[in-house]
Amino acid sequence: MSNAKSTVAVIDYGMGNLHSVAKALEHVADDNTQIIVTSDPAVIDNADRVLLPGVGAIRDCVGEMHKQGLVPSIRKAMAEKPFLAICVGIQSLMAHSEENGGVDCLNHFDGNALFFGENHKDVDGTKLKVPHMGWNQVTQTIKHPLWQDIEDGARFYFVHSFYVVAGHQEEVAGTCNYGHDFCVALARDNVFAVQFHPEKSHKDGLQLYKNFIHWDGKP
Amino acid sequence: MGLAKRIIPCLDVDNGRVVKGVQFVDIRDAGDPVEVAKRYNEQGADEITFLDITASSDDRETTVHMVEAIAAEVFIPLTVGGGIRTCDDIRRMLNAGADKVGINTAAVFNPDFVREAAERFGSQCIVVAIDAKKVSAEGEPDKWEIFTHGGRKPTGLDAVEWAKKMVDYGAGEILLTSMDRDGTKNGFDLGVTRAISEAVHVPVIASGGVGNLQHLVDGVTEGKADAVLAASIFHFGEYSIQEAKETMQAAGIEMRL
Repeated sequence: MSNAKSTVAVIDYGMGNLHSVAKALEHVADDNTQIIVTSDPAVIDNADRVLLPGVGAIRDCVGEMHKQGLVPSIRKAMAEKPFLAICVGIQSLMAHSEENGGVDCLNHFDGNALFFGENHKDVDGTKLKVPHMGWNQVTQTIKHPLWQDIEDGARFYFVHSFYVVAGHQEEVAGTCNYGHDFCVALARDNVFAVQFHPEKSHKDGLQLYKNFIHWDGKP
Repeated sequence: MGLAKRIIPCLDVDNGRVVKGVQFVDIRDAGDPVEVAKRYNEQGADEITFLDITASSDDRETTVHMVEAIAAEVFIPLTVGGGIRTCDDIRRMLNAGADKVGINTAAVFNPDFVREAAERFGSQCIVVAIDAKKVSAEGEPDKWEIFTHGGRKPTGLDAVEWAKKMVDYGAGEILLTSMDRDGTKNGFDLGVTRAISEAVHVPVIASGGVGNLQHLVDGVTEGKADAVLAASIFHFGEYSIQEAKETMQAAGIEMRL
């Protein structure tokens, strides 16, 4: 098995479109890296890296992870290998989310996901649209291998109505401002999680995926 | 620092080619959709909208393949509209690589479809397209009505009330086209853009009538749009996306350059 390819498992929990995540990973993968979209716990357990996308509302998202028996494999992956969570994926790693009347999540990171609110305002009182949709600047609050070759303040594509409040400030890897500063990236050991969509964020998003494919899981 | 306003080039696609007509007649060919999308991606477009304007069932397969081809090479958000009538249509487009779908006529005839679609796929991927025409006479309070079938059929629905209802039903974004202005190059209808943008809490994309870069600026500053959509000024090389962004930034608008 000396020629075995390095594998990235993209977890498919039946919530819809993983095409763009897989295509973006394939676009930056070298010949020795294989991207596998899977809902098979054994494939996730054997993968070298794991990506947890997030699609839809949190109750269905976490519900499907439990229903399909994926949670043990997700926890195992977070304990031992490079792991990246995207969008609702980051919210699913928190203790709790306000969405859908309140949902308990996987509690890998201390902290909660809160609603911006329909009357979200800027500091000067201007009404801000919710969802927070479009390209916003990400401030890198720590040095991290996943930020390599991405300029501090680069813009990424967001679409979300709930945002993460971290329980431990030292786990915050990036922030963004929309009415107020909020956390858009979390990092601890071999786990990295982002609120934005790298697969929709043009060159900087592709660079982040490239960094992930080459990441050894060390902070 | 903050959220940037977006520029969205729109590809009106008929029989596998990008076309642009003046108020839906006098169609001009503007190239292969995949090539055009790649060009805009390289120029720094913030999103791309693909509108299947033939939308006959025969062409549906062609559209799916084009969306797949674009999504394999263009890593910015892609909205696909035209002939989206069922949840199956939505699922096919999302699986082909679309990030959002535009629902237009089907929403007018069956508003519950929007609710069903938002519950099933999430509001973030449901864009309700509104084609509005001014129906108030000179001197009367402004009033705009929803039209279907490329602006030919009135519905009796008030455009602002309709937009609010669509957001209540789960629309995550509104694509607003002024049928009076579309293809005229006289600028957006700023009145209806502002009225709807201020009435709803979701982002509004202004569309219809862009003839120069100042029109894009006006759409954001006076129309209060969150994004501006244009086709012909970009297709025929009059302006690049980058020039448009620089002009908007120079006018004090937050842009992704």
